[in-house]
Amino acid sequence: MRSTSGHRRTERVALLEVDDLRTAFHTRNGVVRAVDGVSFCIDRGETLGIVGESGSGKSVTCLSLLGLVPQPPGRIEGAGAVLEGIDLLRCPQEVLRGIRGRRIAMIFQDPMTSLNPYMTIEEQLMEPLLIHEKIGRAAAARMALQALQEVGVPEAEQRIRSYPHQFSGGMRQRVMIAMALIGKPDLLIADEPTTALDVTVQAQILDLIAQQQRQRGVAVIFISHDLSVVAGFCDRVMVMYAGRVVETADTRAIFREPKHPYTRALQRSRPAMQAKGGELYVIPGLPPDLSRPLPGCAFAPRCEFAVADCGRTEMRLQDVGAGQASACLRVQRGELTLQ
Amino acid sequence: MSATATASPALAADAVEPGRSLWQDAWARLRRNRMAVIGGVVLIVLTALSLFGPLFLAYSYEEQNLALGAAPPSAAHLLGTDKLGRDQLARLFFGGRVSLLVGLAATSVSLTIGVLWGSIAGYAGGRLDAVMMRVVDILYALPFTIFVILLMTVFGRNFILLFVAIGAVEWLTMARIVRGQVLALKRQEFIEAAVALGLRKSRIVLRHVVPNVLGPVMVYTTLTIPAVMLLEAFLSFLGLGVQPPMSSWGLLIKEGAEQMEEAPWLLIYPAAVFAATLFSLNFLGDGLRDALDVRASKD
Repeated sequence: MRSTSGHRRTERVALLEVDDLRTAFHTRNGVVRAVDGVSFCIDRGETLGIVGESGSGKSVTCLSLLGLVPQPPGRIEGAGAVLEGIDLLRCPQEVLRGIRGRRIAMIFQDPMTSLNPYMTIEEQLMEPLLIHEKIGRAAAARMALQALQEVGVPEAEQRIRSYPHQFSGGMRQRVMIAMALIGKPDLLIADEPTTALDVTVQAQILDLIAQQQRQRGVAVIFISHDLSVVAGFCDRVMVMYAGRVVETADTRAIFREPKHPYTRALQRSRPAMQAKGGELYVIPGLPPDLSRPLPGCAFAPRCEFAVADCGRTEMRLQDVGAGQASACLRVQRGELTLQ
Repeated sequence: MSATATASPALAADAVEPGRSLWQDAWARLRRNRMAVIGGVVLIVLTALSLFGPLFLAYSYEEQNLALGAAPPSAAHLLGTDKLGRDQLARLFFGGRVSLLVGLAATSVSLTIGVLWGSIAGYAGGRLDAVMMRVVDILYALPFTIFVILLMTVFGRNFILLFVAIGAVEWLTMARIVRGQVLALKRQEFIEAAVALGLRKSRIVLRHVVPNVLGPVMVYTTLTIPAVMLLEAFLSFLGLGVQPPMSSWGLLIKEGAEQMEEAPWLLIYPAAVFAATLFSLNFLGDGLRDALDVRASKD
């Protein structure tokens, strides 16, 4: 699997290696394969962007790694997700609990609901320290204050005793970042951390994450539906569609020349890329129903380049040169060049 | 119920400090709510009168003076006497003890069972939840009066049984409220965030779930107390509750209603006191609901 990711990293030891991750939800309407054979790895200090539209499985991928998918109805399978020797998919609950918040931390999408309304900011910042480290309350409080200052909350000394509702959305997301980083994790998963914020604040939060990432050398998995947000931030991009990875590439390469029609379609659908006054480009059709078997390429029914073989051939990521891997049959055959 | 109002004056002093706790915060907001404060004061006064009033009276609640009969209020009997010549004020005080005690005891029963039942069902979910809530549904469907009559006939008329019977019925709603709250909470992102931070289940329940459920529970408790007192009054009215010569507000109202044309004072005073109590509890409950909502504060 790893050899197909398009990166010669076999000799290095990755921080996290995910191999053939499969997460399915067993619902009354059948089995929904939210994540269907996703493999990737991430080095220490690296930033990986996961891009895809709603329901493409990017969030579920990350939630599965931390065991945060409710089971049942969810079921996580896969060859492994190894964090420096510990298989997250098979380790005991207690080990996983020790990894959450300490080695892998997570920032959620909506800062308005991801803080407990009944606890002060200080208490919430102290919580990961108090449970993971042998540390007194006073020391934890000092670290909480420092963490809040580091994420740029003004008047942190006073505001640390406030409740979440006294903070704006951007400030709450700063608190969430401080909370995620306070345990000095090796990997930070940011699940659309700016989606719920307005544009000016988005840029600030992105800058903050980037700055903290550089300072601490923490690896980041950045989930977004917006290619351009990921582009400005990540070393590598992984594009997901219908629970599968359709393309992985270095960020620059993917902008120079996408190797999968879906990536290209995503790029084209950005309003900024389009002529003023014209009708916006929309990918035709709807994402597939994941509870049905998807023969061949999942994107084929919506793909303008699809040929008959696309709906029949089981696709795997394959190296297509220049550090890029694609799951497009026609690109792999060399029939199709996108720019 | 008076405990909430009396226990916290010490906290009031530092209510304006920036580092206030949830409770200090709530207390500060409660004090600004005039109706809630009045309600609290009325309740304290009534409780104190019921507890200590009888000590200052010349008559006990069961002392009869058949020669006097039902006499209107006078200097000797401030609120008059009933048809057996018993002092109405003494009976009102004593009835207050019974009524308030029933209110408190039955409410604690319903609070304990309801919160435990509801939070276990809500947090565990799945099959256990389904079974536990069906039990609640079945008990809900049981007609209350028949249930109490059954209890009374099987176990005899027993004062303690009254608490149990009322509490056993009132916890159903509490359980449903708590379960609903816990269910909604479980799906909240901050609970998920807490899991993602590596918190233990027990810590999540204690630090994140319970405080968030507490507000509605507290409020519903203050609303349960009047409901329970009404039930007691209703049962006494039917002759199933407190038996003479004991007295309770419900019983006094019943006796008063029987002779309201000849001796209206026998109905007016207990009814007024009872109504005042219920109003106070409702205002206090209302105030508590606002006070305990952290998000409602304006700073």
